[in-house]
Amino acid sequence: MARRNNIWANLDWLTAFMYLLLIILGWVNIYAAVYNEEHSSILDMSQRYGKQLLWIIAALVLAFVLLILDSNFYVSFAYVFYVFTFFLLVGVLLFGVEVNGAKSWFQIGSVGIQPAEFTKFTTALALAKYLSSYNFKIHRFKSLLVIGIILGMPVMFIFLQNDTGSALVFTVFVLVFYREGLTGMVLFTGFLLAVIFIVTLVYTPVMAIVLVALISLIAHYFMRQQIIETMKALAVFVLSFSLVLLGNFLLKYERTVVELILYSSLFSVFVFVIYTIRNRIYKQFWVVGAFLFLVMFTFSVDYVFNNVLGRYQQARINEVLGIESNPLGYGYHVNQSKIAIGSGGFSGKGFLNGTQTKFDFVPEQSTDFIFCTVGEEWGFIGTTTVILLFLALLLRLILLAERQRSVFSRVYGYSVICILFFHVAVNIGMTIGLAPVIGIPLPFFSYGGSSLWSFTILLFIFLRLDASRAEKLSY
Amino acid sequence: MGAIFILVALIFIVKLFRLQVIDSSYKQYATKNVLRRVVTYPARGLMYDRNGKLLVYNKAAYDLLVTPRELEVFDTTALCAMLDIEKEELIKGINRAKKYSRYKSSVVVKQIAQETYAVLQEKLYKYPGFYVQTRTLREYPYNTAAHALGYVGEVNQSMINSDPYYSQGDYIGILGLEKAYEKELRGRKGINFFLVDVHNRIKGPYREGRNDTLALIGSNITTTLDADLQAYAEYLMQNKKGSVVAIEPATGEVLAFLSAPTYNPSLLVGRARGDNYQKLANDTLQPIFNRAIGASYMPGSTFKLVNALIGLHEGVLNEYTKHACSGTVSRPIRCTHEHISPIGVRNAIRESCNPFFWNTFSSIFQKYPTAREGFNVWKDHLQHFGLGQRIGVGVVGENGGNVPKDSYYDHYYGKGRWNAMTVRSMAIGQGELLITPFQLANLAAIIANKGYYVAPHLVRSIWINENNQQVIDYPKNETGFSSETFDMVIDGMQAVVEESNVRYNTKLDTITICGKTGTVQNPHGSDHSVFIAFAPKENPQIALSVYVEHGVWGSRYAAPIASLLIEKYLKGEVTGWRKDIVEEKMANANLLNPIQPD
Repeated sequence: MARRNNIWANLDWLTAFMYLLLIILGWVNIYAAVYNEEHSSILDMSQRYGKQLLWIIAALVLAFVLLILDSNFYVSFAYVFYVFTFFLLVGVLLFGVEVNGAKSWFQIGSVGIQPAEFTKFTTALALAKYLSSYNFKIHRFKSLLVIGIILGMPVMFIFLQNDTGSALVFTVFVLVFYREGLTGMVLFTGFLLAVIFIVTLVYTPVMAIVLVALISLIAHYFMRQQIIETMKALAVFVLSFSLVLLGNFLLKYERTVVELILYSSLFSVFVFVIYTIRNRIYKQFWVVGAFLFLVMFTFSVDYVFNNVLGRYQQARINEVLGIESNPLGYGYHVNQSKIAIGSGGFSGKGFLNGTQTKFDFVPEQSTDFIFCTVGEEWGFIGTTTVILLFLALLLRLILLAERQRSVFSRVYGYSVICILFFHVAVNIGMTIGLAPVIGIPLPFFSYGGSSLWSFTILLFIFLRLDASRAEKLSY
Repeated sequence: MGAIFILVALIFIVKLFRLQVIDSSYKQYATKNVLRRVVTYPARGLMYDRNGKLLVYNKAAYDLLVTPRELEVFDTTALCAMLDIEKEELIKGINRAKKYSRYKSSVVVKQIAQETYAVLQEKLYKYPGFYVQTRTLREYPYNTAAHALGYVGEVNQSMINSDPYYSQGDYIGILGLEKAYEKELRGRKGINFFLVDVHNRIKGPYREGRNDTLALIGSNITTTLDADLQAYAEYLMQNKKGSVVAIEPATGEVLAFLSAPTYNPSLLVGRARGDNYQKLANDTLQPIFNRAIGASYMPGSTFKLVNALIGLHEGVLNEYTKHACSGTVSRPIRCTHEHISPIGVRNAIRESCNPFFWNTFSSIFQKYPTAREGFNVWKDHLQHFGLGQRIGVGVVGENGGNVPKDSYYDHYYGKGRWNAMTVRSMAIGQGELLITPFQLANLAAIIANKGYYVAPHLVRSIWINENNQQVIDYPKNETGFSSETFDMVIDGMQAVVEESNVRYNTKLDTITICGKTGTVQNPHGSDHSVFIAFAPKENPQIALSVYVEHGVWGSRYAAPIASLLIEKYLKGEVTGWRKDIVEEKMANANLLNPIQPD
C-alpha cells in the first residue's frame, strides 16, 4: 500500500523528463527569438525570456501542487472546474481586453490570462467524467447530445471571442470519441468531406463530383459485390452525361460543364432510385443518398467559398491550399516563416545567429512562430529533434492512456494526447505552410504563461491520474 | 492513433527536409530579407583653375526618401508647404515609391535645398517613414566656363547597363570635364551592409562591416583654365555667337575655352535642371552647343598660313619668291585687296593675297608627278598640323573637322580627272576643308612653337591628396617642319597686326602680337569674323583663335577681341583707351542678328 500511495514512486518520470526538456528547449529558443544585446542575460526580467523563466518556475510549482493533490479531487470536481472556466469565458467577453482582434484575455496587472487555454483541460475533465458515467452509451442520441453541449458551449464562446484557433482545437475530441468506440464512419466521413472540400477548391467542382461518383460506385460494389451491376451503374452515368451533353449541343443551351454534370447526376440518381425500388435493395438508398449529399456538399463548398466567406478567410484558405500565393499579403507570415526555417539549412545558423527571426521578419516569433527559431538556428537537425521529441511524448502518453484502468483516466489521457497533437500538428504545420495560420501556440515551447500553465495542468493532472491508476479500478 | 501521429511527424520531417536541405532558394531570400545596402555618396572632386581659383565646388543637398510601409497618416499640406512642392507631386512620388517597394525606401523629392532641409529636419519626426539622404550638388563661384566644365546629371538606364558601378539615382558627368574625368571626380561610393528587421530598421552592421566599402571622396582637379581670362572672354563675347580658344603654346594648356552664347552652369544643377535644360535646348542660339570644339567652319584666310608653311617646307617658296597679283581681275582667284605686285610671302600674308596662295598651292601640286601625289603630300602636312582629326585629350565632344581624301575627289570628279585647279578653293581656306576653332587655336600654337604642339587639354593635374598632385603628361606632336620655316610666316603675321588696317584696334604698344585675320563666307547671313594670333612674338605665352559669327571681317571683331584677351592675359588688365574704346565697343556689340552691315 505504501508503494501505491507514494506519488513520486508511481510518477511516470520519463514523461516528466520529456516535459522538462521541452520547456527548457522552448525557453532557450524564446531567448534566441527575442534576444536583445542590451539585455543579453537570459535572466533579465524585463525581457520575455526572463518572464518565461518565471512562468516556468511557476509551472513547475503548479505541477508539484497538482501531483500532491489527491487524484479523486480531479474526478470529483471535474464539472465544477468546467463550469468555473465556462463562466470565465463568459466573463472575458464582458471584461476582457482585445489582443490582435481577439477578445480573449483578462488583464490582471501586467499579467494576461487567457481563459480559453484553461477551458481545454476543464472540458477534457468534464468529458472524461461524462464518458465514464454509467448512463453513457456512445451511440445513444442523448449521450451524443450531452457531449455536444459539453463541447459546444465553450467552443461557441471562444468563437464569440474571435479566437478561432482555440475553438478549432476542440474538434480534436472526435479522435477521443473514436477511441471510446465512436464508429469509424464519422472519421471517414470527415476525411471524405475534407478531401472533397479541397478538391473542389483546388481543382474544380467537376472534378469533385467525378470523384464522388467514383466513390459511390466503389461503395456500391463493396455493398453488393456485383461487378456487372456496378458496371451498369457506371454506364448509366456515362450515358446520361452523353445525353445531357448531346441535348445541350442540339438545343444550344450552352450550359457550363458543372451544370451538365449536375443534370446528368440527377438523371442517374433517378435511374438508380427506380432500380433500387424495383430490385428491393433498399440498403442501396444509403449510397444514393450519400452520393446526392456529397454532390450538394461540393456545390455548397463552391458557393460558400465564393459568396459567403470574406476575402480574408478566402485568402488564408487559398494560401494553405496553394491556390494563390501573395508573399506580401496574407501569405506574409507563412512566407517569412518558411524563409526563416528554410534558411537554417541542415545544421542551422547556430544559437543566436538567426537573422530572420531575430529581426522581426517572422511575426509572433516567440509565441506562435517559435518553431521558426528552432528551424533557423538549429536547422533540419533541430526541427527533426523537436518533432521526434513531441512524437515520443505523444506515443508515451498513448501508452500511459492505454494502461489506465478507469475510463475517466483513459478518456482524460486521450484528451490530453489529442489536444497536444492538434497543437503540435497545426502549429508546426502552419510554420512550414502545411496548415492554415491559426494562432495556436506550440505546447511547452511558445512564450506565454497561460499556454504553458494550461499544458502543464493538462499533462500533470494526467500524470497524477496515471500515478494512482492502481487505486482506481473503475469509474 | 499512434500511427496517425507517426504519419504526421513523417510528413513534417519530409517537408522540412525539402525546405531546409534540398531547396536553397529560401537561403537566398533570407539574405535579401535582412540585408540593407546603404550607399554613402562621396563628395565629387572640386575643380580649380590654373591659379588655384575654385571653379566648381559642392554644396549639400538632400533627397527625401520614403519607405511606404512605415508611412502613417500625416499632414500632407504642411509637408508640401515646407518642401514647396505641389501636393500631387508628393502623392505621385509616394505612389511611385509604393510601386517600387513597400519595404525599401525610394526618393520622393530630390535635391532639397539646404535652407529647406534645416526646417524639414526639425519636423521630420512628425512624418514617420520619411528619411533624408545627403547628396552633393555642384556650385560655381564664378558661373563661368560652362562648356569646359560640363555638367552632372542622373544616370540613365543605358549608362547603368554599360557600367555596373552605377545604379539608379546616381549622378554622372554628362558633358565637359565632368564627363571626361568622371572616374576621378566621382570618387567611390561607399556601400554599407546592415542587418535590418522587417520594419527596415537598422539592427547593426552585417558581418561586422567586413563586406562594407568605404566611400572615397572624388579627386580634385586643377584645370588649365584661367578663370579671369575666361570670364573676360565671356564678357567680350556677350551677345555674340562664336568661340574663343586660348592655348599656352609650350604646354598645350587651354587657358580659355568659350563657346558663345554660353550659359550659367548653375542652371543645370538641382531640381530645376530638367526645365532649364529644356529651355536651353530649345533656344535657337543653341547655347548648349559647344562651338569651340563642335562647330567646324571653313577656315578662310587663316588657312593661308598653312599653305605658306607647306610651300616653304616643300621648297616651292622661299624668301625671294614673288608672285604677281592682278588684283580683282586675277585668275583663277581674284584678290580682294589693293597692293603692290609682285608680292613675297611676308607681304602676301599681310595682304592676304589670294593669287599668291593659289600660286603656292599649285606649285606644291606641280612639284609632284601627279596631282594626286601632290595633294597627298599636302594633305599629310595638314594632318601633322592636327587638322582633320581630334587633337584634344580629355576633351569631350570634339569634332575632328574635315580634310578631304583623294578618294573623295576621285569619287566626285573621277580618277585622274582633278588637279590643283579643281580643288583650288582650298588654297585660300575655302572648299571642303573644315576646321574647328579648337584646331585653329592649336594651329596658332604650332606656329608660336615653330613646329610642334602638345595635345591641347584642359586638365593639368589630378590631386592625389592635399599636398600631392599627379601632373598629367600630354603627347607632343611634331610637324616635321624646321623652325626656320616658320620665321617668315611669323614675320608676316606680325605685319598683319602692325601694318594692315587691323593695327588700329589690335596692335599693342608693349607686346608684339602675331596674327592672321580670316573671313569665312557664310551663306546664311553675314560672313564670320575669324582671327588667330599668338603673343608675344619673342616668347609666345598665349595662342588663340577667335570666331565671331556674322562679324563680317576678321579685323572688325575677332582681331580686337583677341588682342584684348592677349593684353588681359599678359598684362593682367586692359587699361586706358583700349579699355574705354576697344573693350567697350567689343563688349557692347550685339551680333546675334545674322545680317550685319558690311
